[in-house]
Amino acid sequence: MGTFAYFPHTEEDIKVMLERIGVSSMDELYADVPSEFIHRGEYDLPAAKSEDEVRAWFEALASRNVKLTVFAGGGAYDHYTPSVIPYITSRSEFLTAYTPYQCEISQGTLRYIFEWQTLICSLTGLDVANASMYDGPTAAAEAMRMCVACTRKRNTVIASSALLPNVLATLRTYARYSGINLVETWDIAEAVSEGTLDLAGVVVPSINRFGIIENHTGLASLVHEMGGLLVEYCDPSALAVVKTPAEWGADIAVGDGQTLGIPLSYGGPYVGFMACRSEWMRKLPGRIVGQTSDAEGRRSFVLTLQAREQHIRREKATSNICSNESLMALWCTVYLSVMGPEGLRKVNSLSYQGAHYLHDRLLATGKFSDPFEGRPFLKEFALQPLCDVAKLQQALLDKGFFGALGTEEGYVTFCVTERRTREEIDALVKTIEEAEL
Amino acid sequence: MRYYDKLVFELSRPGRSAYSLPAEPAGESGFAPVGPVWRETPLDLPELSEPDVVRHYTNLSQMNFGVDTGFYPLGSCTMKYNPKINEELVSLFNGVHPLQPESSTEGVRAVYDFMDKALAEITGMKHFTFLPCAGAHGELTGLMLIREYHMSRGDTARTKIIVPDSAHGTNPASAAVCGLEVVVVKSRPDGLVDVEDLKPLLGPDIAGIMMTNPNTLGLFERDIKEIASLVHECGGLLYYDGANMNPLLGVVRPGDMGFDVMHLNLHKTFSTPHGGGGPGSGPVGVAERLVPFLHKPKVSGFHGNFGVIVRACAYILSLGRENIKLAGKLSTLAANYIKESLKDSYKLPIESVCKHEFVFDGLAEHGEVTTLDVAKRLLDYGFHAPTIYFPLLFHQALMIEPTETESLQTLDAFIDVMHKIAREAADDPELLKTAPHNTPIGRPDETVAARQPILKYSKQ
Repeated sequence: MGTFAYFPHTEEDIKVMLERIGVSSMDELYADVPSEFIHRGEYDLPAAKSEDEVRAWFEALASRNVKLTVFAGGGAYDHYTPSVIPYITSRSEFLTAYTPYQCEISQGTLRYIFEWQTLICSLTGLDVANASMYDGPTAAAEAMRMCVACTRKRNTVIASSALLPNVLATLRTYARYSGINLVETWDIAEAVSEGTLDLAGVVVPSINRFGIIENHTGLASLVHEMGGLLVEYCDPSALAVVKTPAEWGADIAVGDGQTLGIPLSYGGPYVGFMACRSEWMRKLPGRIVGQTSDAEGRRSFVLTLQAREQHIRREKATSNICSNESLMALWCTVYLSVMGPEGLRKVNSLSYQGAHYLHDRLLATGKFSDPFEGRPFLKEFALQPLCDVAKLQQALLDKGFFGALGTEEGYVTFCVTERRTREEIDALVKTIEEAEL
Repeated sequence: MRYYDKLVFELSRPGRSAYSLPAEPAGESGFAPVGPVWRETPLDLPELSEPDVVRHYTNLSQMNFGVDTGFYPLGSCTMKYNPKINEELVSLFNGVHPLQPESSTEGVRAVYDFMDKALAEITGMKHFTFLPCAGAHGELTGLMLIREYHMSRGDTARTKIIVPDSAHGTNPASAAVCGLEVVVVKSRPDGLVDVEDLKPLLGPDIAGIMMTNPNTLGLFERDIKEIASLVHECGGLLYYDGANMNPLLGVVRPGDMGFDVMHLNLHKTFSTPHGGGGPGSGPVGVAERLVPFLHKPKVSGFHGNFGVIVRACAYILSLGRENIKLAGKLSTLAANYIKESLKDSYKLPIESVCKHEFVFDGLAEHGEVTTLDVAKRLLDYGFHAPTIYFPLLFHQALMIEPTETESLQTLDAFIDVMHKIAREAADDPELLKTAPHNTPIGRPDETVAARQPILKYSKQ
C-alpha cells in the first residue's frame, strides 16, 4: 500500500475506512457480486512501469513511425500550430475540468465556448453555432439527421459523391441505422430537380474531395423550392477566403476544426463544428452556451436550450451526443484569436501559392494530366497520373514524402499548406522527375 | 477564482496580430480571390497581440474548477486524477497523418494493438474498436453492432431495446438514433432491475437490453446472471454501459457476466482528462460472436481520438497488473466510507452496500432547502457539486462518487462540510438558497438565457 503514485491510501487509512463502514475487508464490499464473477487470477498485463519506463516505452514506439513531409490532405491538413495554443490548453483549469454544468465555477469554459460559437458564426456567416461535435464527418451525419427533424415527415437526403470519402462513409453509417434514405450523386442539381416530395436535405462540399472550390450558385433556392435544407460541408480555415455557407444560402454548415491549427495526430482528437440559421436553432444537437446575468447583474454564461438534450429528453432528444470536444474547441478558439483576420488570410494565400506552384511543376514533369483544368482550387488538387500510382507513392515514401494520395476515381491528390517550403516542394518534384515510374 | 469580465472580441484592436508565418510564399502565382466562389463578406475575427491572447485565456482559466483544483464527488462521471506523464506523450505523434500507409505507422499501430489486448483482458471481451469519440458515441456504435448481428441472421423483427428506468439519458437517446424503439423496464424498491417486470417484455422483437452494472444508484445488479440468461434465451443481446466500470476495474469483467457488447469511457475509468466536456474516447468491445461486425460501422472520420487512447495506454502501463486489482476496490471503499459517514444527515433511500457511487434523496431534514441548494453551497467550500436530480427515481437525488484517487483527508474534509451544510440548512436556510457566495458569479438567471437566447457576441 501507499506505493502507487495515484492511490493515496495507507494501510492505516484503509483500516479506518473499513471500521467506519463496519466490514473487515474490501472484498466484503463485493459480497453482493456472485462469487463466480469475481476475477481471482492475475490479469495478463505488463508489470507496473515507472514514469521513465512509460516514457521510454512510448519513445521506442514513436521511433517506429516514419517521419514524413506531408503533401497530402484528404480531410487532415498539416497547418502550423502557434505555440501559444498547447500552452493555454494544457492549463489544468481547462484540461481537468468537467462539463460546465456547475456554471458558477465554470465561467472559463463557458466563456470560451461562447467565443467559439461566435467565431464559427463569423466564419460561416450563419446565426447560431453549437458547442462542438466529435469531428467533421459526425457533424455531417448529425446535420443529415437534423434535416430530417426540421422537415418532419421527409426522409430523403441527397449527398454529393464529391464529399470526402470519410464524410460519405459516416453519412452512410448513420443513414443505415436511422432509416434515412441517403442518395449519393455526382449531379446534385439534376437529382434535386428530378423531384421527390420526400426531400429533407442536400449535403454538398464547399471544397470537394478533389480540392475544387465548388460553385453552388442557385443551389439553395432549388433545394428550398423542393422543401429541403441545404447543408454545406466546409473547411473552416478556407472560409476566410472562399464563399461562405451563408453566402451560398445554406441552412446548416458543418465541418472539421482540424484546419484551425490542430496537429495531424493520426486523426484525433479533432473537433466538429455545426452552425445553422436561427429558425432551426431548437433542432441543433449538442450543447449550446448562452449569455445571461446573475442577481448582481454580472455578465454570466450558462448551458442553455437544454430541452433539446439527452439528459432531459432521453429518447426524444435531438441527438445522443453528451461529451463533445470542448478542449479542442478551445484549441481552435485560441488559434483564431492568434491568427486574426490577416493571419488566416495569409495562411490561405501561402497555401494557395504553394499549391499552385506545385500543381504547375507536376504537370510540367509530363507524368500527370489535369482532369479539372480551369477549376478553382485552394491548397489541395487532383491530377490524373500517367504513370503507375503504386510506384509513384513508393518513390515518394522512399524519399520521406507523403503525397499522391489515391482516390477511388483513379486520380492522385496533393496538398500544400503554409508549412511547406519552396525547397520541400522542389525536392518532391525532383523525386518524381527522377523516379522510373 | 476571481471574476473577469472580458470576451476576446472586446480586446481586439485593428492592426494587432499574434501570428507568425513565413513572409514569402513558396510560389509566386499571387493570390487574388475574386470571383463567384470567393468570400465577399468581411471576415470579423479578433485582432490581438500574443501577450493579450495569453493573458485573456489565463484569466478565463482562473474562473474554472478542475480535478487539479479540488475534489469532484460527481456521480457517474468518475473524475479521477489525470496523471501528468500521460499528457507529455501525446506530442510524440503530432506529425502522423491519419492516411499514411501502414509501413510508416508501426508505432501508432502498436499502441492500438496493445490497447485492444489490454482492454480485452480487463473486460473479458474479445476485441475493441476505437472509432467512437465519447461514451454516447460508443453506445450508438455498440447498438449498431447489435443490429448488424440480428440482421446477419435474417432476424429483422428485433427493433426494440430494453432500458432500465435508472439508465443514463444517453442510453435511450442512443437507441433512438440507432433506429431502435425503447422499452423501459422498472426498478424494484431495492433499486435493482425488476426481473418479474422484465420477463413479459422479452420476445422475438427484442434486440437486447442496455444495462449499467453497478447501476446509477451504485448498486450491483446481483440478478445479472438470470437477466443474461433470460435475454439470451429470447434471442437478445446484452449491452454494458461502461460509464460505471470503475468499481469493477480489476475485480469483475463484464464479459464474464454475459455481456455481449460494451463501451468504456477512457476519460472516466482510464484517467484521461475530461477537458471541460471532451475530447473523450468510447472504445467498444464485443464478445467473440460479434467480432465479424466490429469494424463495419464507420462512425467517425479516421481512427478515433488517438491522443486520448495514448493517455489511457500510459495509465494502464503505470497501473500494471499489480495496481489494477486495487483501483476498483479503493473507489468502492471510498464511496461506502462517505455513505456511512453522512447517512444521518442525508436521506439514504436504499440501505445497502454500494459500489463506486451512491445516491442520497436530499437532506434528512430538508425543510425548504433543496438538493440544488446543497450543491451550490458546496461550491462555496471549494468542492465541486455532486451529480444532482439524477437518477430520476428520487426527487432530490444527490449522487456521490469519490474515486480511488482521493485521500482520506480529502474525504473527511468533504464529509465535515456536508455535515456543516446540513446544520446550516436547519439554522439558516437562506444562506443555502442564495448560495454560492464565494464564486466568480452567483446563480445566473437561466430562464432568461433560454427565453431570450444570446448565443454569440455582437458589438454594441
